[in-house]
Amino acid sequence: MTTAPSPMFDTDELVINMGPQHPSTHGVLRLVLKLDGEKVKDVDVVMGYVHRGIEKLSENRDWTQIILLTDRMDYVAAATNNLGYCETVEKLMEIEVPRRARYIRTILAELQRIASHCLWLGTHAMDIGAMTVFLYAFRERELILDLFEEYCGARLTYNSMRVGGLPLDIPTGWDEKVRAFCDVMEAKVPEYEELLTNNRIWLERTRGIGVISAEDAIGLGLCGPPLRGSAVYRDVRKDEPYAAYDEFDFEVPLGTRGDTYDRYLIRLEEFRQSIRIIRQALDGLPEGPVMGKVPRLLKPKAGETYHAIESPKGELGYFIVSDGRATNPYRFRVRPPSFCNLQGLRPLVIGHLVADVVALIGTIDVVLGEVDR
Amino acid sequence: MIDTIVIPLLKIAVLVNGVLVAVTFTVLMERKVIAWAQSRLGPMRVGPYGILQAIVDPIKLILKEDITPAKADKWMFTLAPILSLVPALVVFAVVPFGGDELFYVTDINVGLLFIIAVTSIGVYGIILAGWASNSKYPLLASLRASAQLISYEIAVTMTLVSVILTAGTLSMIGIVEAQQEAGFWFFFVQPVAFVLVLIGGLAETNRAPFDMPEAEQELTGGFHTEYSGMRFSMFFLAEYANMLVISAVVVVLFWGGWLRPFPNVAALSFLDFIPSWVWFFGKMFGFLYLFIWIRATLPRYRYDQLMRLGWKILIPIAIGNIVVTAVVKVLL
Repeated sequence: MTTAPSPMFDTDELVINMGPQHPSTHGVLRLVLKLDGEKVKDVDVVMGYVHRGIEKLSENRDWTQIILLTDRMDYVAAATNNLGYCETVEKLMEIEVPRRARYIRTILAELQRIASHCLWLGTHAMDIGAMTVFLYAFRERELILDLFEEYCGARLTYNSMRVGGLPLDIPTGWDEKVRAFCDVMEAKVPEYEELLTNNRIWLERTRGIGVISAEDAIGLGLCGPPLRGSAVYRDVRKDEPYAAYDEFDFEVPLGTRGDTYDRYLIRLEEFRQSIRIIRQALDGLPEGPVMGKVPRLLKPKAGETYHAIESPKGELGYFIVSDGRATNPYRFRVRPPSFCNLQGLRPLVIGHLVADVVALIGTIDVVLGEVDR
Repeated sequence: MIDTIVIPLLKIAVLVNGVLVAVTFTVLMERKVIAWAQSRLGPMRVGPYGILQAIVDPIKLILKEDITPAKADKWMFTLAPILSLVPALVVFAVVPFGGDELFYVTDINVGLLFIIAVTSIGVYGIILAGWASNSKYPLLASLRASAQLISYEIAVTMTLVSVILTAGTLSMIGIVEAQQEAGFWFFFVQPVAFVLVLIGGLAETNRAPFDMPEAEQELTGGFHTEYSGMRFSMFFLAEYANMLVISAVVVVLFWGGWLRPFPNVAALSFLDFIPSWVWFFGKMFGFLYLFIWIRATLPRYRYDQLMRLGWKILIPIAIGNIVVTAVVKVLL
């Protein structure tokens, strides 16, 4: 007698389409989840919904116009994108950047890191159901946006740097405001921690969730906090210092278990380290010009270069080829940290529950504008 | 005739309307309290300090288009919100809001059992909503909801047994009177039961941190994803009405209902000028505030963790509490 499964008790995978319009996929990320009950058996990560062709577009813009396009990649950390691009072109053209400009760039980049982490913390906590942290984090992010607005007039897409330096020196009194902000922020981080770090529910929701070993993390090409969460010491600011990072004293927090909770702790510690860097930069802010000697027409000689910086999300690299004849790059390629970290989502998610999926999207901290470019 | 039909009907009319109005203001209160907790202002535009928002919200919901998805089971889809809201309103019939006969609709000798039985019907509303929507997210959410509600129902009911043992009656009014005779609120003799009922009550009303069935971040709204307009707002009303029910039940069982603190201590009799219903609503307000406060503070449990908490922690403690209560009762 054959034992054909009864049609009444047939079991089937439940395929659920999470996104692109879903409240917790942080933009237009689409996940096709194959579920067994509530357990995720497999997931297809679909992206490309905000692809604007920034790389190709850049190959038809002149070198200064591209800065404006880089704003639109990781739109919650525009200044960092500007910094990475400008430094790459400077490296290609061997332009010397004045020390004051490098200091101010560092301050801007670290402010941007705090702002980006605020957004991450808020949305991550919100995904796990802690709604108050979301508004607390946005309250502080607002202060940073005000500082940026005062510096360059924009609140989201700053266009705040130029090849060779900065378009503007800082306004009078701005450094004092940044200092005041550092004091505020230092007082607020414990406030977030009070709500989450030792909260039993938070611990149960994050500890042991999405564990990734150091070998796997390296193998997947993860970078930034997800890599450091697995106890891999890799921070471009330390390994290949850029801007003025070699002149400051700061620590790179590392995780031990490589789970969601470790990644959370790392980013919270990065708040403190960023404040520390900003303070040192303000204390030692040198006098002088903010713009180096740059030819009126940017026209690098033929050659190619790769330069990476540590964006809030990880290693942001630019690969640029110049043919030496045109005033635009021959080839423009970005190594986006969000995209590389998104590679890690599938192995992280498989075997967990639906409720963990949103926590894991949060923990790798992707910005879809950067994933798709 | 007047005593048996007209007055009860009048009371019911006042009660149902009162509860519905109270619900809209509870929503406003939740928005305001959470806003303050999050250093925001909350609704400020309609009326002074946004007070009229409580009236404008329902009007907006009534005026919204009411959509039934093409593939939905129409009858069940319509029935589900009604099944959720009606039980939440019915249980108020046995809640004594004050010491006088004027303040309750009826006093039945199995009042507590009636509350447990009727609130359980509300689960059907949620299951049907998920099933009838014919959509995956609501289905997942309603499965979660039914599992959650049933397991916490057990924990809460078990806990209530120990309160019944202490009071020696199932009548809601009898329970308050027992506390008057004893001279203290039952919170002081049944603190464990109080905590269990509070946790179970949060879970049963789908409030944070147990709001999985409507986990908007994962399941995009949960079992009422496909609902709109008035039918959506009926679920909404039901949730808040259940919140009021749980607060009222906790007040009656553990916090002396309409009684002042230590009702037999003569030194506190200067508090007697406060009417009994003020005590009751004051305590209820306190619990509503607590529920909202919890929502503003805590993240959400995961579904399996929630079930583990219910079955492995709350139910054993509840059973232990019954045993201890029974032993103490026999020995004394």
